[in-house]
Amino acid sequence: MIEGELKEYGHPLSEWIRGDRLPFVFCSGCTIGSTISCMARAFDRVIENRNNLVVVSGIGCTGRASGYFNTGAFHTTHGRTIPFATGVKIANPELDVVVFSGDGDIVAIGGNHLIHAARRNIGITVVCVNNFIYGMTGGQMAPTTPKGEYLTQSTPYGNIERTFNLVELAAASGATYVARWTALHQVRMEDSFANAILHAREFGMAFIEIVSACPTYFGKYNQMGDSIDMLKIFEDISEVVEPFTVSPGDAKSDLTKIVCGEFVKLNRAEFTHEYRRIIEASMKGS
Amino acid sequence: MKSDRSVLTGIHYVMGNEAIAEGAIAAGCRFFAGYPITPSSEIAEHMSKRLPQVGGSFIQMEDEIASSVACIGASYAGKKAMTATSGPGFSLMLESIGLAVMTEAPIVIVNAMRASPSTGQPTKTGQGDVMQPKWGSHGDYEIITLAPYSVQEAFDMMIDAFNLSERWRVPVIVLADETIVHLKEKLIIPPREKIRLKNRKVPRTSPEEYRPFKSNKDLVPTMAIFGSQYRFYASGLTHDERGYPDMTPEAQYRLVKRLNDKIRTNRDKITRVDQFMLEDAEIGIVSYGISARSAKGAVKEGRRRGMKIGMLRLRTIWPFPEEQIRDLAKRVKRVVVVELNYGQIIHEVDRFTGSTKIDLIARPSSEPIHPLEILEEIQN
Repeated sequence: MIEGELKEYGHPLSEWIRGDRLPFVFCSGCTIGSTISCMARAFDRVIENRNNLVVVSGIGCTGRASGYFNTGAFHTTHGRTIPFATGVKIANPELDVVVFSGDGDIVAIGGNHLIHAARRNIGITVVCVNNFIYGMTGGQMAPTTPKGEYLTQSTPYGNIERTFNLVELAAASGATYVARWTALHQVRMEDSFANAILHAREFGMAFIEIVSACPTYFGKYNQMGDSIDMLKIFEDISEVVEPFTVSPGDAKSDLTKIVCGEFVKLNRAEFTHEYRRIIEASMKGS
Repeated sequence: MKSDRSVLTGIHYVMGNEAIAEGAIAAGCRFFAGYPITPSSEIAEHMSKRLPQVGGSFIQMEDEIASSVACIGASYAGKKAMTATSGPGFSLMLESIGLAVMTEAPIVIVNAMRASPSTGQPTKTGQGDVMQPKWGSHGDYEIITLAPYSVQEAFDMMIDAFNLSERWRVPVIVLADETIVHLKEKLIIPPREKIRLKNRKVPRTSPEEYRPFKSNKDLVPTMAIFGSQYRFYASGLTHDERGYPDMTPEAQYRLVKRLNDKIRTNRDKITRVDQFMLEDAEIGIVSYGISARSAKGAVKEGRRRGMKIGMLRLRTIWPFPEEQIRDLAKRVKRVVVVELNYGQIIHEVDRFTGSTKIDLIARPSSEPIHPLEILEEIQN
């Protein structure tokens, strides 16, 4: 017979996730939820004080992510995550600010903000969950939809547009930490999130693309099967490279090959650190 | 000891844009995000120099959408934040006005109106954007809009704008115009102790009990900031008191009603008008901003000619000073609305003048209306 009272243990991530918001709004088989879990585990490793963390998301499926984090969190209008995060970071540089949103939000409507935040090298972490499609609005073509005979609700004859290589785009714009993983790479993704947050504090903007499975729309329209089948495809076509051995321009990502890994890590001056020097000099001045 | 450089007490001779910037700093503004645009650029330029001197931050963003949403971020991180623009940029900021209304973020936006629509005449004046703050963003909302008519008032109104914004947790728009922002005249900056500042109400409950969108009688919730012990979620989606998205009709009704009612039911605490020679007036001009400056000249000249004429100047445009217009219409025989557009605010005035005769003097022009032109039109 067992002596004593039974003790209740909470979920190991309950500190980071708002339990009263669960279950997730996401479809069955969607990999945004497991990406949120990876981020929560990364927070658990590198965030000393939850009060000093702000998660920002925009509109779309991944746009709902911020609402699940038990941190400071804000759900902006479509595409405006990065300028909102920029305002937070400049107003209080002590905060860790993480943007967690989708490809439509960050790369299409928010594309201008992405390239300028990267150019400015502001110390925020940007996670772009790329599922190749607009999910929340019913499955339309995105700037990440692969070119060719890929069907979406707005490309019924296939997609004739070239696709953004997000790693190349972020690196060319000036992001100082750049990585890509698929939803399958849970351990590496978590490490990378932790690395990115630490990098952003010291050296400026970190960008991570997470290739994600949308079985409801992209998978269904393109005969890729269910979520497990899609992840098997990701497993087959992804190639994990040694850190910083492949240049961003060569880090190919389409549905024949997805090069995964860390591609850029530059120890440059971060924007708010630079601005702090201006404030200190101006306050001393006449 | 370092001197206090946030309030430059003394007598100055400056342009409106500089007065706006100094007013903001005196009001406690410590964050500015903006994008260059004529005729408001001097505000950004002045802030880029002055803000770091008082420990604040300036950033030039990639566009006006980014500028306005960065202000919401800075406001939620605990800073009094503002941006400044003109018509084309203000059109881009309408999205953020909606977000600031929905998330109850105190921010201040200056629109130095120029001749419009579209690119119009960037270096010329106008009052064509007067309806836009109230109706430009989608959905039902109430905000606050002030219109300065002198360099001194531009300074004073920035302090009012930040105080109102913090008090009611709404975006406040300062609707200046090209003439006022580029006009140079005397500015008296009072001593710091004479400037009254209001700050947002902060929560006093425990973090566990804190509900970021729960309000009491005055319908304005307390506001926690990022980096504090209160961890909260705020969203542009319709939300409940916890800030969590709620897609029920009841939640929509409850939230949108409160967001509007917190301004509508407190209109008397917010709206301000200025009465000029109205005591025995039979003709009452209603005007605002640069047109009120012209109309003041018309009233003075009219009085010299023996006319019983005065002016009600709208310092607050939104919420519209309904009671004050009703009161004026009861006292005068004729109301004359003067504005530098093709007739906009007259439709608001008309709603509250009852059977009193109402006339419009409006020009879709790009230079201030001459006082004598106003007078001649009234006399004809």
